[in-house]
Amino acid sequence: MISVKINHKTVKTTPEKTILEVLRKEGIDIPTLCHMQGFPPTGSCRMCVVEVKDFPGLVPSCSYPVRAGMEIQTHSNRVLEARRTILELLLATHPDDCLYCGKKEDCYLLELSSRMNVDRRPYRAVKKEMKRDIASNSIIRDNAKCILCGKCVRICEEVQQVGAIDFVNRGADTCVASAFEDSINLSTCIGCGQCIMVCPTGALQEKSYLNEVMEALNNPAKTVVVQNAPAVSVTIAQELDLDSQVEPQAVLTGILKKMGFDYVFETGFSADLTIMEESSELIERLQQGGKLPMFTSCSPGWVDYVEKFHPELRDYLSSCKSPQQMLGSLVKTFWAESQKINHDDIFHVAIMPCTAKKSEAERSDLLTGGNKDIDAVLTTREFLKLIKLHGIEVEKIESSPADTLLGKHSSAGKLFAASGGVMEAALRTAHYLITGKNMEEPEISTLRNLREHKETELKVGNYDLKVAVVYGLGAANKLLEEIKRGEEKYDFVEVMTCPGGCVGGGGQPFGADQEKIRERMEALYKIDSRQKVRFSHENESIKNIYAEFLGKPLGKKSHELLHVRRTNQ
Amino acid sequence: MIEKEKFAVVKNKYKNAGPDALIPLLQDIQGELGYLSREAITEVSKGLKLSESKIYGVASFYNQFKFNPPGKYHIQICRGTACHIKGSKTILEHLERELKIAPDQTTKDGLFSLEVVSCVGACSLAPVIVVNNKFHADVDKKKIKKIIKKIRKEELE
Repeated sequence: MISVKINHKTVKTTPEKTILEVLRKEGIDIPTLCHMQGFPPTGSCRMCVVEVKDFPGLVPSCSYPVRAGMEIQTHSNRVLEARRTILELLLATHPDDCLYCGKKEDCYLLELSSRMNVDRRPYRAVKKEMKRDIASNSIIRDNAKCILCGKCVRICEEVQQVGAIDFVNRGADTCVASAFEDSINLSTCIGCGQCIMVCPTGALQEKSYLNEVMEALNNPAKTVVVQNAPAVSVTIAQELDLDSQVEPQAVLTGILKKMGFDYVFETGFSADLTIMEESSELIERLQQGGKLPMFTSCSPGWVDYVEKFHPELRDYLSSCKSPQQMLGSLVKTFWAESQKINHDDIFHVAIMPCTAKKSEAERSDLLTGGNKDIDAVLTTREFLKLIKLHGIEVEKIESSPADTLLGKHSSAGKLFAASGGVMEAALRTAHYLITGKNMEEPEISTLRNLREHKETELKVGNYDLKVAVVYGLGAANKLLEEIKRGEEKYDFVEVMTCPGGCVGGGGQPFGADQEKIRERMEALYKIDSRQKVRFSHENESIKNIYAEFLGKPLGKKSHELLHVRRTNQ
Repeated sequence: MIEKEKFAVVKNKYKNAGPDALIPLLQDIQGELGYLSREAITEVSKGLKLSESKIYGVASFYNQFKFNPPGKYHIQICRGTACHIKGSKTILEHLERELKIAPDQTTKDGLFSLEVVSCVGACSLAPVIVVNNKFHADVDKKKIKKIIKKIRKEELE
């Protein structure tokens, strides 16, 4: 232990820490623009400078180790003046169109300017004029608002190992771009949106479909159908501070009904359907010597990643569509027929924690007769905006059940939102399909944590299954290389693109740390533990749809509607 | 040699290279092809296991790397101090108008490309342009027109 003085107060700490870590632990919030928790510091933005006695200049706290006897001032005049100047210099070329910027109250740059009392423009520079990159279906880039903090570049390269963007050119011409400064839809970008999550300004945002949704809601000729992912309900509960006793999905359904959506379905239902199809596919591959390991295919960023970086492994992906697309094709076929609605009159909205889902909905191999199954995908963030737009007072919302037919879900389908959940749900049903009995202990605790890489072995009937669960494409890439080199052998592998799975998705509200993501996971486990139906194959709606329409898993209808033959995109 | 064969020569030389070979590799490619083509950057990305954006990022940092094939006649215009004082800015504007291209671009017919350079070490000849390593001293609007017209005429014959 060493002792240092922080703002004249003596504090004991260990020497391996940076000054910033010590300050944050002491509850002093130091502004940073380029700092990323858990990454080596770059020290490029200088926003975190502090004054240390007997040091000639100000010290960047994010990259300077704490030493015994240091006397640190975090908010002296000199420090505050320096921080404010840095901000004023950054703002000198900023477009200043906050009123018309989608980021608004979520903008960290705007928050800092308010926090530091910026009230004048001492540095006048030519405003950046750069073309907005709007060609991607997931991510809009506006380089004029970029402050070159480099966080997007790092998350793309170091966590996801996609490397779609980097710093290009030099000096005043430096900007973040993909190779040849092409639009990112032409790059290796997989649309995961993790760059949006770390961007402190409005330079990176999702492609918004709010206007399209509003238009459909106000069009009497359209039957507007909505589905929401399991991750959305637990996140909304957290964001809106819902009572932990209420069922978040029921409140969410109430909100959606109030907004004027005609039918509310749950992606949890088609998650159960995915489980039925996927576990049947796994068993078929095990029995008939098909390609193993089988990879899950619900995370569109991951599917895109395999296609772009490991195309030779494409056939190892499960042929199942994602739950979003499964429900999409069922609504416009089975459900439309049963309700006697022309499928062209249906507008299907999906609320997802994900930006890659927006691109998935546009994939050419997921169109039915040239038409999109899902007409618009909103992120959780856009949905929160929609709640505000409709002026809904959440406390006064009455809980409502989802519409039947495609509405019921088991808690296994709900688990999809957390890393390890698809695996857990699939193993539950695979166990039943192989042995004819349910697992005695449906919870697989080795898969229930926030570790990047989890694995477990399980005896199911005559099969000794070895499965792995990873999140983050960097971790996935490592696993793929091991599998390719023959060092590891698995039967079934779940990959989620985002940290912690969908609960940490690129379409989720800003500012979530590990703790918040963990809370969302816990909420899902709680729902699972108190629900009666915990197995996808016991879901009544699932039983009905197989009896009435689909026949059996992997049957002819299933192949037509629920599976995909992937083509180059 | 066609572009592919030229590239194969470079590829062979750097068979077992790692990421630290990036800049010499790019220099060799440019030496062979005259520029860094998209295909070349894709190949380098696969070979060195670096993302294309990273390679483009590194290459675009340095003035020496070009991303467009050079024209048959590569025109360099000096924008050094001496040439600037003698009006090289106007000369550049004339060239841009005459060739209908901006610096670092190549005309559609592949005949001319334009590059701005900092100093060619011939200040006594200012303002100076260099066409395929041949120096033209004390140029003005009229002289430039003449030079370009002459090349076009020769090419037609």
